[in-house]
Amino acid sequence: MVLMFKIFKNGWLDIFAALKGYELAGVLGWQDIRQRYRRSSLGPFWLTISMGVLIGALGLVFGNLFASPMKEFLPFLTIGLILWTLITTAVNEGCTGFTAAEAMIKQISLPLFTHILRVLWRNLIIFAHNLVVFPLILLVFGVPLPATALLAIVGLVLLILNLSWMMLLLGVFCTRYRDVPQIITNLLQVCFYLTPIIWMPNLLPKRASILLLHANPFFHLIEIVRAPLLGTLPSALSWQVGIVLAIAGWVFTIIFYGRFRSRIAYWL
Amino acid sequence: MTNILINNLCVEFPIYNSTTGRSLKNHLMQAVTGGLMGSNEQGHVVVKALHNICLDLKEGDRLGVLGHNGAGKSTLLRVISGVYAPIGGSIVVNGKVTSLIGLSLGMDSEATGIENIYLRGALLGFNRSWLSSKVKEIVDFAGIGDFIEMPLRTYSTGMQMRLAFSIATMQQPEILVMDEWLTVGDADFQEKAQQRLQEIISKTSILVIATHSPELVERVCNKMIRLERGALIAA
Repeated sequence: MVLMFKIFKNGWLDIFAALKGYELAGVLGWQDIRQRYRRSSLGPFWLTISMGVLIGALGLVFGNLFASPMKEFLPFLTIGLILWTLITTAVNEGCTGFTAAEAMIKQISLPLFTHILRVLWRNLIIFAHNLVVFPLILLVFGVPLPATALLAIVGLVLLILNLSWMMLLLGVFCTRYRDVPQIITNLLQVCFYLTPIIWMPNLLPKRASILLLHANPFFHLIEIVRAPLLGTLPSALSWQVGIVLAIAGWVFTIIFYGRFRSRIAYWL
Repeated sequence: MTNILINNLCVEFPIYNSTTGRSLKNHLMQAVTGGLMGSNEQGHVVVKALHNICLDLKEGDRLGVLGHNGAGKSTLLRVISGVYAPIGGSIVVNGKVTSLIGLSLGMDSEATGIENIYLRGALLGFNRSWLSSKVKEIVDFAGIGDFIEMPLRTYSTGMQMRLAFSIATMQQPEILVMDEWLTVGDADFQEKAQQRLQEIISKTSILVIATHSPELVERVCNKMIRLERGALIAA
């Protein structure tokens, strides 16, 4: 028990130091974006455009395929796709967070969580650019932003809390086992189709919905942000899953991280 | 009170992508340079980069670390910088360690000189407001002039190094870690740089420098160790 506490503290101290030095993660994250779009006249707004094009194309195909009314389907698809992009790129890039920072880790002693924080920040910046599409879609269809939208901020914070432990946990694991990032990429691809993003949950037959919706953590994590933005309240179950997952995930991750943090430099 | 206390320090690197044959292992054991190879309890191939190193450095100490390529000099410096945690033994470092190794790490060739000052500065742990107050001083010292607003890729190699050196030596370190003596830039700059380096080194509380030159150790250091294949053979 005492040992467990020591390990927990070891992990927590690194994370705390990284949060305290958030400025560095911020600088590095911005730098990544700048580097990607240097000398491009639109810069990161290319992301907004690509997202808009993708949503337009998917909306056209699937909206017609499922015969959903566009006014309802397109806002649903837009916010779902934007959130999923955040989830999948953050988790995938989290997997390689430490391996990509190899040169830095081997040269400078920084709190290692800084490298994960950098990836998270970079993806939040991209998310903010993608998010621009959502109000545009609402505007096109003349749908007002519902009053419940404020609640989406709480949901987003909860989603980010969950993403960050997943990124850290997988980052450590993937540094040791280099096949895991590929496995994660594939799993996330499967989750994309299992989670209601390009199809609406009301299309499901009653019995399938229990499995595909309630047992799918990604459904709940998306729902706590998406539902308030679309004018409904997420179910109590979704909130519970989000909160329990964040707490349990972080406690486990901090212990895991505390145990293996000092090995990361050796695994690179 | 700055000090470094190293007790029975061991560092070994697991090599996961080596096909572990005993014969191969035995074969490699006879290699002349590099750390010792062996295997750990889990049966992984490991390179024993450092073993049973003991050191006690106090304020005012200047330690020269001699040894062949692969003797463990850089690994020792990295352990002192806090990059590698000891596998066995212990290390206690009281004081902030600054490393003058990899001066241009993290610089972006597409970013301007100014942007690079903030980028490198952040990596060195300088905060933004302190840096902004020092930008002029850094630019002047590096002698970059108006080029500071240009992307780094337009700089000559010498100019890049001058800028990197100027940023890294802006702050007086407590514990300074170096790999060989630094020489940067052309004749004019070298003189300036040497002066600043001398000044920093004279004020730093503890210096650890890895080198191949016994003359350098003679000139700068009051303590010397020699590493061979990860072990301390002379102190």
